[in-house]
Amino acid sequence: MEENERKLSKLSRWGLKKSPWAFHLNTGSCNNCDIEILDVLTPKYDAERFGIVLVGSPRHADVLLVTGIVTMQTYPRLLHVYEQTAKPCLVVAIGACACSGGIFDGSYHMVGPLDKIIPVDVYIPGCPPRPEAIIDGVVKGLAKL
Amino acid sequence: MSLTNLLTYVGLVAVFPGFVFTAVVGLLSSWFDRKLSARLQWRVGPPWYQSFADVAKLLGKETVVPAGSAKLVFLGAPFVGFAAVVVVSTILWMASIRPDGAFVGDLIVVLYLLYVPSLAIIIGGSASRNPFAALGASREMKLMLAYEVGFLISAFTLVVKNGGIVSLGGMVAYQQASGPMLSQGISCIIAFIVALIYVPAKLAVGPFDIPEAECELISGPFTEYSGVPLAAFKLTKAMLMCVLPVFLITVFATTAWSPWAILWYVLILVFVVLIKNTNPRLRIDQALRFFWGPVLVLSIVGIVLASLGL
Ligand code: SF4
Repeated sequence: MEENERKLSKLSRWGLKKSPWAFHLNTGSCNNCDIEILDVLTPKYDAERFGIVLVGSPRHADVLLVTGIVTMQTYPRLLHVYEQTAKPCLVVAIGACACSGGIFDGSYHMVGPLDKIIPVDVYIPGCPPRPEAIIDGVVKGLAKL
Repeated sequence: MSLTNLLTYVGLVAVFPGFVFTAVVGLLSSWFDRKLSARLQWRVGPPWYQSFADVAKLLGKETVVPAGSAKLVFLGAPFVGFAAVVVVSTILWMASIRPDGAFVGDLIVVLYLLYVPSLAIIIGGSASRNPFAALGASREMKLMLAYEVGFLISAFTLVVKNGGIVSLGGMVAYQQASGPMLSQGISCIIAFIVALIYVPAKLAVGPFDIPEAECELISGPFTEYSGVPLAAFKLTKAMLMCVLPVFLITVFATTAWSPWAILWYVLILVFVVLIKNTNPRLRIDQALRFFWGPVLVLSIVGIVLASLGL
């Protein structure tokens, strides 16, 4: 995890801000937040304007978009994916569930919320958050880098 | 060899027509691809420096070597493919800039070197100990078997047509003396069509993105790659995107360096992007049938016509 503090050259830092590749991870959400993430990629919002591309492999990812409360089933997978991601990466908690547990808070099968397990950089609340909020959150997170 | 000579050669490979120049043109071409695709889908698309930002970022990221992979091969394969493309690009540009120079490349060397990036993808994918990468590598191998036959035949159609000249410089000189290959009969036009179909297959875009198939195979042979080796693969792909059209222009349509060459280049890119955006991905068996059926027949017709002098 200390790898996340990796020193980046100026050029790579610029590249990271201009080309954040996103990996989408569902840790037991109701699927609604996931649909909103896909909205961001549609022609209406067109996230590729900012260089945001959805990638299939966590090895290529710079941004982990995590939705859901982290259930017992998904907990080991979440750890795996986080370890597989090439650092430095930005972890974004999307939706009330990932931020705090939301309406599932206190459920018997809940291990989360997300920031109990891995370090979270950006919280985007909402049930589900609007696509505008997701773009805004990712852009703010990248400004922190 | 004197020092200035050596420096000239290094400069030729590393800067002007070689690495830096081709990489810049290739990255701009891959941006052109993404931008045009975006416009075709009613989107705005990325800014012009997008591909440069991608590579700059990947150079700074962590390089993960998966446990249990063949480390040396896994890390070495991308750079072998990359080196091959750099050499091909230098040979190609030199052939059109100085057809009679000392740096005359051979058609057969270029054809061989064009294999190397695909081989590097296959080897790297197989070395990464990932089932998706292994599947992607095996599909890349089958795709290669499919498209190379027709392409080789179409390249040799030209050799038959121009009376046995196999050096690129010779081919350029021949065209400067007696008009571009494309204007020399139906057999060359057929060969050109076959070669055009080869371009998207070699780049693994369009209906032939079978090895990478991101909705089935994550990203195929590249699944486990990150950081610098991934950047090398991306650069290789981008440079291929520049090298293949330049190769086609060199052997089919050079007369001299003119704005026509740039127009040809853009037209070939537009063709690739249009095909990519209007055709869904083929299955690997469909692609094989396509290349060993209609395309192979077409290329054989071409070479037969060429030997008849048409
Ligand atoms: S935050 Fe709301 S919409 Fe999102 S996963 Fe949780 S319950 Fe579903």
